[in-house]
Amino acid sequence: MAMFRRPGVSPADRLFRATVFTVAISVLLITGVIAFELVRNSRLPIEKFGWGFLWGTTWDPVAEQFGALPFLYGTLVSSGLALLIAVPVGLGVAIFLSELAPRWLSDPVTFLVELLAAIPSVIYGLVGIFVLVPLVRNVLEPFLSGALGFLPLFRGAPYGVGMLTAGLLLAMMVVPFVVSVSREILMAVPHSQREAVLSLGATQWEMVRIAVLPYARSGIMGSVFLALARALGETMAVTMVIGNRPEIRLSLFEPGYTMAAVIANEFTEATSDLYVQTLIEIGLVLFAVTILVNALARLLIYNVFTKVEVRE
Amino acid sequence: MKTIIATALLMISLIGPAWAEPLLVNGAGATFPYPVYSKWFDEYAKMNPDIHINYQSIGSGGGIRQVSELTVDFGATDGPMNDEQLSKAKVKLLHFPTVLGADVPTYNIPELQGELNFTPQALAGIFLGTITKWNDPEIAKANPGAKLPDKLIIVVHRSDGSGTTYVWVDYLSKVSPEWKEKVGVGTSVNWPTGLGGKGNEGVAGLVKQTPYAIGYVELIYAEQNKMPYGAVQNSEGKFVKASIAAVTAAAAGASKAMPADFRVSITNAPGDKTYPIASFTWLLIPEKIDDPKKGKAITGFLKWMLKDGQGMAPALLYAPLPKEVVAMEEKAIGQIKY
Repeated sequence: MAMFRRPGVSPADRLFRATVFTVAISVLLITGVIAFELVRNSRLPIEKFGWGFLWGTTWDPVAEQFGALPFLYGTLVSSGLALLIAVPVGLGVAIFLSELAPRWLSDPVTFLVELLAAIPSVIYGLVGIFVLVPLVRNVLEPFLSGALGFLPLFRGAPYGVGMLTAGLLLAMMVVPFVVSVSREILMAVPHSQREAVLSLGATQWEMVRIAVLPYARSGIMGSVFLALARALGETMAVTMVIGNRPEIRLSLFEPGYTMAAVIANEFTEATSDLYVQTLIEIGLVLFAVTILVNALARLLIYNVFTKVEVRE
Repeated sequence: MKTIIATALLMISLIGPAWAEPLLVNGAGATFPYPVYSKWFDEYAKMNPDIHINYQSIGSGGGIRQVSELTVDFGATDGPMNDEQLSKAKVKLLHFPTVLGADVPTYNIPELQGELNFTPQALAGIFLGTITKWNDPEIAKANPGAKLPDKLIIVVHRSDGSGTTYVWVDYLSKVSPEWKEKVGVGTSVNWPTGLGGKGNEGVAGLVKQTPYAIGYVELIYAEQNKMPYGAVQNSEGKFVKASIAAVTAAAAGASKAMPADFRVSITNAPGDKTYPIASFTWLLIPEKIDDPKKGKAITGFLKWMLKDGQGMAPALLYAPLPKEVVAMEEKAIGQIKY
C-alpha cells in the first residue's frame, strides 16, 4: 500500500489512485471467483471422467456418459469460420469508411453498423432460421458442393442448418465489432502519416498498406479479439442454426454443437447432480478455452509483429 | 420536523392493516403447463385476494431441484420424479396430476395430400435411423393409396431438455425394445440420428422449412400453428389422431392401474379411442407443510383446481383429467399435513 503514500501526492490523488486500483483489482477478483466456483461445482464429473472428459465423444444423458470433444470442436470451428469471414470483410468496410467513403456516406453507414452490433442475438437467430438457412440449403450448399465438392469440407446432404450456417451467422454478428472498433482506430492515425506516404507518390492502396495499417495494427487486433470472444461465447443464435448434434464431422454441411449451446439447451431440465455438474464443467472448459485462445492469439501477434519493423 | 415524522409513522401504522400483504406462495417448474397454470393462479387470486401464487416456469429439472431443497413451496414437473430423486428430497413429496398433454408427429412432404398414419414400428425405426426413406414398406403399409416419395427422411428432435422429449422417448421405449436398450428415456437423450431444434418453435421451424423432415411437437403447439400431424396406431391397433378427447381417454384407460402416488406413464395406454403418446403433468407438493396458512392455501387451490380449474383447461387446449383420477386425487389431498 506504500504506493498510495508517496510524498507530495495530494489526498485527492491518493483517493483517486485507491479507487481505480480497487476497480482494477475487482476484475481479477471476479475472474478468480468465476474460475473457483466453476471448479468447485464440477467436482463430480472431474472425479469421474478426469482428463478423459476433454477427448470423450459420447454425450448420453440417460447413461450419464459425457465427453466434451464434439462441443469443443464445434465451438472452435464455428468461431474460426466466423473470423475467417468477418475479419477481411470487417476490415475492408472499416478502411472504406475511414479512408475512402465521402462523409455523406460514411456517417450513416457507421451509424447503421453500430446499430447492427446492438441487435439482440435471438433476432439474429430468427433471421438465421428464416432467411439464412433456406438460402444456404437451396443456393450456397448446392453451389459449394458443385464447385468445391472434391474437398471433404463441402460434401454431404444440404440440410441448411449446420456448421457452415453457424459460421456465416456468427460472422454477420461479429462484423459490426470489427468494423466499429477498427474504424475508430484507423481514424486516429495521424494525417501526417498519410500525407508523408502520399507525397512520395504512393497510391491509395499503398498508403493504407504502408502508413495506416501498421500504425493501427494493435488496435485492429483488439477488434479481432473482441470478435473472437463474442463468437466463442455466442449461444442463442448459434443453437438456432447449428443443428445441435454432438458429433465431429469434417464436412461443414453437417450439424454440430457448441459448448455454450449445450449448456443453454440442457441446463434447465438436467435433474441428476452429475448431469448438472457436467454442464458446469463444460462451462469451465469454455472459460479455459477462451483464455487459452486469447493468450495464443496474443503470442502469435507478438511474434509476427515484433519481427516487422515499423516506423512510427 | 419531529411532529411530521410522528404523524407519518402514525398514519403508516393506521393504514398498515389495510395494506396487508397477500400470502405469497411460491412455485417453480415445468414450462409445458405454464399457460394453464398462470390462468389458474390468476383466477384463484381473483376469488381469494389474500392469496397470491407466484409460479416461475424454469423447467421441470429446476422445479424438482428447488422443491426438493424447499426453496419454493411447490414444484411442477412433466415427468414423474424417480425413486432416487424422491429419497434425496428434504421432505416427502406428493405428485398431483393437473392436466394432460400429448406429442404429435409433424412432417413436411411437399407432394403429399392428406394425413399420414404411423405405426409404432415406423416411428421407432425413423427415429432410430433404421427407416431412412419415406417410401419404406413400414410407412407405406399403414398408408394405402398415399403417394410416398423416394426421399431420405430428415429427422428433427428437440435439442433442449424437455418434458415433450421425455414423453416421446418414453413412448418409443415402450414400443421398441431396441430403442429402450440403445437410447432409453430422459428429458435429453443421445439421439441416434437427426437435427436438433431448440424448443417447440425450433423443431417446428426446421420441419416447416426442410422438405421431407419429420419431428415431434406438443399437440397444443401443432394446433395453434396449424401444422399437419399424423395419426398414431394405439395398442389396440387403431389409428388415432391426437385430440383433447383422445388424450383424456388415454388417462382414463390408464387410471384402472393408477398407483397411489400417481407416478404413472400413460404412453401406449389401453383403450380403443386412446391416443398413445400422452402424459400427465404434475404438481409436486410437500407432504408436511410447516406454515399452516400456506398449507391451507395450497390444499384450497388443489381442491379448486380439481373442480372448477379443470373446466378452464380445454379452452387452452389442455386435456382435463378423467373423473376417476379427480376422485382419487381429492382423496389424496388428505395426506397433506399442515
